[in-house]
This record gives sequence, C-alpha cells and structure tokens, in this order.
Amino acid sequence: MTAPLETTGKTAEAPPEVTLQGAGKKAIEGRSLGQIAWSRLRRDRVALAGGFIIIFLIIVAIAAPLVVKLLGHPPNEFHYEKVDANTSLPIGPLGGVSWDFLFGVEPINGRDLFSRVVYGAQVSLLIAFLATLLSVLLGTIMGVISGYFGGWVDAVISRLMDIFLAFPLLLFALALVGAMPDEVLGLRGYWLRVAIIVFVIGFFNWPYIGRIVRGQTLSLREREFVDAARSLGARSPYILAKELLPNLAAPILVYSTLLIPTNILFEAALSFLGVGVPAPTATWGGMLNTATKWYQVDPWFMFPPGLAIFITVLAFNLFGDGLRDALDPRGR
Amino acid sequence: MRVTAIAAGLAFAMSLSACGSGGGDDGDGGGGDNATPKYNAGVNNVFNPSDKKGGTLKFANDSDFDSLDPGDTYYGYSWNFVRNYARSLVTFKSAPGAKSNELVPDLAESLGKPSTDAKTWTYKLREGIKYEDGTPVKSEDVKYAIARSLDKDVLVNGPTYFNDFLDLKGYAGPYKDKDKTMKKFTAIETPDDRTLIFHLIKPFSGFDYLAMLPSTAPVPAAKDTGTKYKEHVISTGPYKFEKNELGKQFTMVRNDQYDPKTDPDTGRKALPDRIEVQLNVNQADIDQRLQSGALDVAISGVGVQAETRAKILNDPQLKQFADSADQARTWFTSFDNSVKPFDNIHCRKAVMYAVDKEGLLRAYGGSSGGQIATNMMPPLVPGSKKIDLYEAKDKPNGDIDKAKQELQECGQPNGFTTNISYRAEREAEKATAEALQQSLDKVGIKTELKAYPQSDYGKLYAGKKDFSTKNKLGLRVYGWGSDWPDGFGFLSQITDSRVIRDAGNTNFNVNDPEIDAMIDKALGELDEKAREPIWVDIDKKVMENAYYLPTVWARQLLYRPERLTNVFITDAYNMYDYTTLGVQ
Repeated sequence: MTAPLETTGKTAEAPPEVTLQGAGKKAIEGRSLGQIAWSRLRRDRVALAGGFIIIFLIIVAIAAPLVVKLLGHPPNEFHYEKVDANTSLPIGPLGGVSWDFLFGVEPINGRDLFSRVVYGAQVSLLIAFLATLLSVLLGTIMGVISGYFGGWVDAVISRLMDIFLAFPLLLFALALVGAMPDEVLGLRGYWLRVAIIVFVIGFFNWPYIGRIVRGQTLSLREREFVDAARSLGARSPYILAKELLPNLAAPILVYSTLLIPTNILFEAALSFLGVGVPAPTATWGGMLNTATKWYQVDPWFMFPPGLAIFITVLAFNLFGDGLRDALDPRGR
Repeated sequence: MRVTAIAAGLAFAMSLSACGSGGGDDGDGGGGDNATPKYNAGVNNVFNPSDKKGGTLKFANDSDFDSLDPGDTYYGYSWNFVRNYARSLVTFKSAPGAKSNELVPDLAESLGKPSTDAKTWTYKLREGIKYEDGTPVKSEDVKYAIARSLDKDVLVNGPTYFNDFLDLKGYAGPYKDKDKTMKKFTAIETPDDRTLIFHLIKPFSGFDYLAMLPSTAPVPAAKDTGTKYKEHVISTGPYKFEKNELGKQFTMVRNDQYDPKTDPDTGRKALPDRIEVQLNVNQADIDQRLQSGALDVAISGVGVQAETRAKILNDPQLKQFADSADQARTWFTSFDNSVKPFDNIHCRKAVMYAVDKEGLLRAYGGSSGGQIATNMMPPLVPGSKKIDLYEAKDKPNGDIDKAKQELQECGQPNGFTTNISYRAEREAEKATAEALQQSLDKVGIKTELKAYPQSDYGKLYAGKKDFSTKNKLGLRVYGWGSDWPDGFGFLSQITDSRVIRDAGNTNFNVNDPEIDAMIDKALGELDEKAREPIWVDIDKKVMENAYYLPTVWARQLLYRPERLTNVFITDAYNMYDYTTLGVQ
C-alpha cells in the first residue's frame, strides 16, 4: 500500500535464511536440516513454552507415584471426613481446597483431586502416545507404498483410506468397547481397556497421516535424486528406506505432534461417554464427566480436569505449530 | 416390579431428606392450618388443603410413559396417574402417608369376596358407571380388559400376575384367539352385567392387589384397537383425553359422564379443569421450571437431580417447598453363589461384616438419599421388621475382625479376588461399587469393577446366569422396588426360586426350597396378621444365609411449587397423589 518507507524498513530486516547465509563464515557450510530447524525453533518462544510444558507433563506422569506421595493422597483413597454427609458436597471453600488437598476433593467420597489429575496424566498421555505411534506407523507404511508404487496399489489403498475416513469412529468405539469379552490375548480389565482404546484411536486415524505421506511420496519419487539412485541400480526397498523416508521425516514428525492432542481429546471423549478406562482409575475425561453433574453446586470440581486437558492440548498444538514453522517455513 | 422412571445418568436423583416420611414431623394429618410452606409439609399431611376447582395442572415427564394404555403399563407413576382416566376394580385410597396403603373399592362395590381356599374371588360392579361416551360399563368389559392384557406379544409392558395366577387352561387372549366373546376364557365368569368371578390356579390371599392393577380398568371390546388403544383410551375416570401427541404431550379435560356419586371411597378430588402433560423434557429443565413455577409436578416421581437436591437443601427459601419421601425400595448387592468362593456362606458373611455401611449410604447421597438397610424389606412395607444380623447399628463402618474370622472359616484367610458389576449409567451404583471395593480391600478381598448398560443389565449381563458365572461377577449391584405395599409385592420376585430364568432375572441369587415353601404358605394365608410374620421370616432367612447384601432403603426429594393445593405423599406410590392435586 502507500507506505514505501515502511516497506523499505522491512526489507532491511532480512528474513532469517538470508541472514544466516550472509553472515558468519561457518554458517555457509554443513548445516543439517535439524540444525536449521532447531535454530528457528529456538527463537519461537511460544513453541518453546509449549515444549517445556510437554516435558513437564511427561515428567509428572512418570513420577506420579512420587509426586502424589509428596503432595497428595493415594488417588483412590476415600476421605469421608472432607465431605458433608447430607449434601455430598466438599466441606470448605473452592471445593475443599487446602494445603492438604491442593485441588480440593471430589463430592461424595472425598477423593483427592490433585492426585487424580496427576494420575490422570499417566493414562491420557500413555494412550495418546501409543495411539499416535500406531497411526503414524500404519500411515507411513501405507502412504509410502501407495505413493511410490502408484497404479492399482495406489487405487486400492486410497479407497481403503476413504472407507476409514468415512467410518463413524466414535460410534464404532462405543460398540466395540461394549461388545468386548472379558479377556483378549491374555489382557484383562484395565490393560485390556487401554489396549482397545489405543487400537480404536490408532487404527482408525492412520489415513490422515497416510494421505499426507502419500502426497509427499508422489512428488518425491519424481525428483532427480530418486532417478539418480534408480539409474545407479538401487532397488525399491533401498530407495524407500534411504532416499524417501528421511525426506518424509519432517512432515511425519509435525503431524505426529499435532495428532497427539487430538488423541488426548478423543480419549477424554470416550471416558466422558463412559466407555473409557474402567472405574476407579482416574482419567481426565472421566473426571470431567462426573464433574458436569455437579456444576451447579460444586463448580470447582470441573476446573482441575478441565484445565489439565486444556493446557495439555494447547501445549501440544503450540509446539506442533512451532515445529512445523521451523521444519517447513513455506508450508504455512 | 414397578419400574421407576430413572433416566440414564439420573440415578443420583434418588433423594433427600433429613428425617424422611417415617419419622420427624408430628403432623396431625389433614385439615387444620397446613398452608404455610415448610420442609416436609407434604409428608404424612395434606399440605394446602382446598376444594377449589378450576385451572390447569401442568405435568412434565423426563422420559415417556411405557404406554398410556392401562393394560400395558408398569411404571409406578403411571399407575398413579392412570387413575385420572381409568378406574380399576379396587385401588389405593388417596390419603397421606401410610393411610394410602389401604385398598378401597373403585369400580367394585366392595373388596373381593374370597372362597375359603382363596382360589375363587368375586367382585360386584357399582351401578351407574359409564364410559366417556355415555355407554354403561359391564362386567364383560372388565373381563375383556384382563383378557387382552394377558397377551404379552401385543401388550408387552404390564406385569404378568394374571398370567401367573388365573386358571387360564391355555387361553392366550383375544388377539390370538380371534374370538371377542371369549368363550374359551373360563378363568373369569360374568354371570350377569355386574358380577365377576375369578378362578385361580393356586390360592392367593392377596388377590385384591391384582384387582388393583390398571389392567382391570374396563375396555369395550368394540373400541379396542390393540397397540393403538393408547392413542385414545376410553375414559371411565374424571378426565378424558382431549388431544394426544404420542411422545410429545397430551391434554385431558373433564369427563362429563363421570359421576362422583359412584366414587365414594377412593378420595379422588378432580379439582383442575384441565391437565397438561409434556413428555421427554430434560430433567434439569424440569427442575428449573418447578422452581420458577412454570410447572407443577415432575410426573416421574423420582425427585430432583442430585445437584438440584444439594442446591435446595442448602437454601432455606427453596427447602421449605421440598418434601422428602421414603421409598418402598431397597438398593442392594447380590452375591453370585455360583462364583467361587461365594458358594461358601462364610465368604459371603465376611463381605457382610467387612463393608462400610455408612460409606455405602453416602453413595446414594447420605441421609438425604436414604437410610442404612439392615435387611431386604424396606420399613415402608407394612409388617416389615428391622433385622440387624451384621452389626449395621453397632459398627456402621464395618467390623474388620469379624470379617477376617469369617474369611478364616471360609478357608480364605488372606482374602480372594472377585468382580463387582454395576449399571453404567447410574452414578450412585458406580459410587457403591467403588465404596465396596475400598472396604473389601481392607480385608484382602481384591475386586475389579465392571460396568454394563442398564437396559440390558438383567437380560444380557448380571441377570443372565451363565454370563455372570463365566465372568465371575461375585457381587452385583442392583435395586428393587415394591409392586405394592406388602411382603409378596416386594419379596416374591427377588426370593422365589421359581421365578429364576436363564436370562432377564430379577431374582439373581436365591434358590432355596425352604424359602419357596414359606412363600407358598404366605400365599395361602388369608389372615393378614398371620401373613405378615411369614414374610418377615423369609426376609430373616435371606439375611441368615447372606444371599443379598442390603445397602440402602431409598429416599428422594420432591419439589412442591407454591400454587399446588392438596399435596401429599402417598406411601402406595411413594410420590404425590395425582388424583387430588389442585392449583390456586
């Protein structure tokens, strides 16, 4: 627009790539993709904050027994003395918050909300990571095969993806969890349920990542370095593993980071609908489900699990966005 | 059992009150000046008595009736409401508290006259009773109404008591028989237009309770449209259908053919000119509208939701409009004796001693949700007695020492593992299962919780014998409400081994020939005073053998908006009486 001066001003602050290449003699040679990305990520404070929160959450989840031992009570232990016997509500302000019970207590049985949120992190993160891993594995394999070989293989896999994408996932999960027998492949109770949830979320989400990988592969396989490898006599497995996969690493990594929060929400939704991890194990979604019934008289009950989900999902999304910007600035 | 209309997730809505209908209020019953709002003013008392007619009485239902057809309904609130348009042979008296347990003649001139062996019962209809179109009611119509209700393929919802007790000789109802004159239906004789003679297959001293069932309300054979009859039931009561949009709402207006002179005993008041019922309304919305006065009665009678309950009890302004109603309902947990080690009575007793009875009460909302149950029959059932064999009074938090001793005798000194099942939608049952798990853990009994959908809980899961055995559901959380206020109405369906089927059970566990024999003895006993102790003995036997772990005798909190008149809780239905209410 009519601001030539400002425009000039902006050009003066050259884009980072230019600066990097121009200044510093060492910078010109031998910077790997990872180094470039890291230097970009380092300057994205929002993404870094997200990353730190994620690391913090992972540490808390792993060290849950220790954290709870220091700051709380066993997550399934009842504290009737903290609850009014007639109204079932926590005694004291803010849902019974005190130095002893940092986030207050649950109505009816007085379980420590702090401990339950901390243990809930274990379940949420475990399921989200495992499910994401499953989707990424399946999606990458199918996507690469589909994109690289093309033809009827591509047609079959692409239609398969369409079918999966059209699948009413939530309904399927509800039905599957309801119809599951008591014991499958030696798994029972809690672990069986975790396995089912991981399977449902992971197995039905692979086409999203599969499509991205397929698209990337389609364009990569026409590139000169692939032609060169092929003319030197490389076979398909070698090309797939050594030429294509490293170039696919960036989009896969970015997409995984963005898939994790979706999966956390999905697990919460399943628990919210009552088909998640069985009681009395604490999960964020399950706690939120119970809390909604009490919002009129004990609104504080909603905050700990609700905020936990909110912060975690936000952190993963911010970090994922930053990572994408760092790895692929043109992909915005 | 009369099914309570508890929608999914609403299980908490079970109730409230510091003192409940049994105790507290020293009301002098009816009359007097009882028009100042006060907590529990509608318990054992007529609150705001009035004879003023007119106005519109507004009901709302959080779900839908199973059917409006009197021959096809099993909800308690429906049996209460149906009396506005259908008159059965006898009915419960419209009176506050325990006075409502009395059966009084409605269509009939008097209660049934039994033969000495209690196998033949005779009723005589009153003179001058007419349908809404002016045609007189004949005994043949009552016979037809009962005949059609026998056919559970067409009218699926109602109870099966007539199928069980009438001497049917293979008769399957007028829809299958295709003969509207019912020649083959010899179990009921109609020698003239006003007399009905019932022939039973076995003695049944409490037959008047069957004559109370809504399915005895007359249906003219010519007007019967089978499953469509519910769209326009031909009224004999004070109101008739004006407009009926199934699943949405219906309205009723006065039935000018109803003559109060033919109805001297029941206590119907018929005050409002109009009745409106809205269906499938959100329960939270109903609670709000009751408090704002936009609605008069929550028809399902299960009381307000848990959170509304806490809100009302915390606010004196709201609390004065609330009544706490005791229920003829027991929440309990059933053992499965086919799951080891519960085949051993000592392991069952170990559980009975170990559980924290106070904690289990908290699962249902504490004292506002009921009281600790020591035995199966709730105090509201006339003649019932408290039988405290497992120290509920002395050690309400459980007796760990006794429990360990029993475990020793059972040969499981270090405890064992088992499963606890509950109905997934019911928060209170989930809380019960969690509380059981906590207390049993203290004596080394490790448990896993299993949630199953409530709609199929009896048919496919806990109430299916081989499923329960295979999945080792040692403890099954459940509950039971009385069909009518006497021992048979409460105990028969949960203790008689002859009602046990492969699936869809209500009796989950009791298979004891001694108890069966005692039930037969009670059925043949015509003297009420002699009959009641037999039911108490059966209850005691159940407790001695530790077949069930009773947890809570239920209570719930009802809200009575300011403009309602003649409000009181009837023990027969454990909710407000729907035939006496008026509006200011």
